[in-house]
Amino acid sequence: MVPVSPPALPWSTRVVMMLRLFAVQGAWNYETMIGNGIAFALEPALRYLPDGRDGPAYRAAVARHSGYFNAHPYLASLAVGALARAELDRVDPALIERMRSACCGPLGSTGDRLIWAGWLPLCSLMALFAFGLGLGPLGVVVLFLGTYNLGHVLVRFWAIDAGWREGLRLASVLATPAFRQAPVLIGRIMALLAGVAVPLAVARVVGADRVALVSALGVALCWTIGTALVSRRLDGWRAALAAVAAYVLYSTVL
Amino acid sequence: MDLLPAALLGAILGLDVVGFPQAMISRPLVAATVAGAFAGDPERGLIIGVVLEMIALGTLPFGASRYPEWGSASVVGGVLYAQGASAPVGQLALAVLAALLTAWASGESMVLVRQWNARLAHGAQTALAAGDAAAIRRLQLLGLTADAARGAIVTFLALLLLTPAVAAIVPRWSGSPMTERTVLIGLTAALGAATIWMLVRGTSAARGLAVFGIALGVTWFL
Repeated sequence: MVPVSPPALPWSTRVVMMLRLFAVQGAWNYETMIGNGIAFALEPALRYLPDGRDGPAYRAAVARHSGYFNAHPYLASLAVGALARAELDRVDPALIERMRSACCGPLGSTGDRLIWAGWLPLCSLMALFAFGLGLGPLGVVVLFLGTYNLGHVLVRFWAIDAGWREGLRLASVLATPAFRQAPVLIGRIMALLAGVAVPLAVARVVGADRVALVSALGVALCWTIGTALVSRRLDGWRAALAAVAAYVLYSTVL
Repeated sequence: MDLLPAALLGAILGLDVVGFPQAMISRPLVAATVAGAFAGDPERGLIIGVVLEMIALGTLPFGASRYPEWGSASVVGGVLYAQGASAPVGQLALAVLAALLTAWASGESMVLVRQWNARLAHGAQTALAAGDAAAIRRLQLLGLTADAARGAIVTFLALLLLTPAVAAIVPRWSGSPMTERTVLIGLTAALGAATIWMLVRGTSAARGLAVFGIALGVTWFL
């Protein structure tokens, strides 16, 4: 296939689309999910359709994209770039609809695995590690936000650009080996880092008391092993709520 | 700390969880530290932020699933713990409990906002089908405003109700500060570690790396 060079989309338009993508979940609901946000982010590009804002092509495209759509919010940028390209290339609306439906699942699962179950906990562990080493409040906050958002913003910028470049060939972007390899690499770093960061963070909270430290780590180790063995689907915050409430009752009433 | 600035902080941090900009300023490590700084003690804010972060590791915001909302909750926890610097014991456990209760209530409030957004979208169906971009902008704006208001209201009510409750319970506390910290961090570190294990257990070499990491960590502070 002869590569097709994408038409020009002004940088100012891309920047506006990018900024709107930060609010892609602003009207999140159980019927259209992030559909409204997708239309909101796409709309600046759709103004370049024939006859501009008041043209029938523009209105048809806005209507098409305000329907149901679900994806990871960061990787939704990939869909927005690709859909903008497809619309401005005047691709058959039926094909656009098919691409819209087809990319929801892969964009959701890839983003969940890469960001929510990978990058986010990894950055938390890095910040906990830094806390354990004695970094102060400002340092921990800056380290966490700086690291996390470096990845976050880069993914969003790369995604909108890659989507625009590839258009309907979006599947080829998601088939990139990096999407398979990155979660594995992140998982390995997380496994290593958790082993160091959690005990160090515990040590800093507990302080210099060795008995308390060993007790805390003992409690942690037993509960971790128990949870890992018993529960396949951890709902830790409910367990924490019950345990802390029981501890408060024990310390105040009994 | 005054309730209104705290509620405003809760609005901003609560909005970050889903609506805008999802930069993770709502994570407990950040939100509780900032709230602690607002209340005059960022170090105590960071301590409770670490405790809550270990719990929050297990609640990842996957799609339409229901999960606790940590932004507003961390403001409540951070403010309550930072305000109680004069209390010898009990404040950390009570602030963590207050944050967990707020996280649960705030998570439920997110469901209400999502249902309200759905009703608005349903009402705007004719305009949307006609390709009216103004209707799309209006829905976004209303959704974001509702989410920010939700965060503010939850934070305001939680601090209004829980501040006097914590103050009333703290004097009844029996036990040492060291026991309190040991129990809380032991419990939450276990949840954090178990969550990480759940996430990485399918990864090749994760078991060996985790054991190596624990050995490194233990050697470090020994």
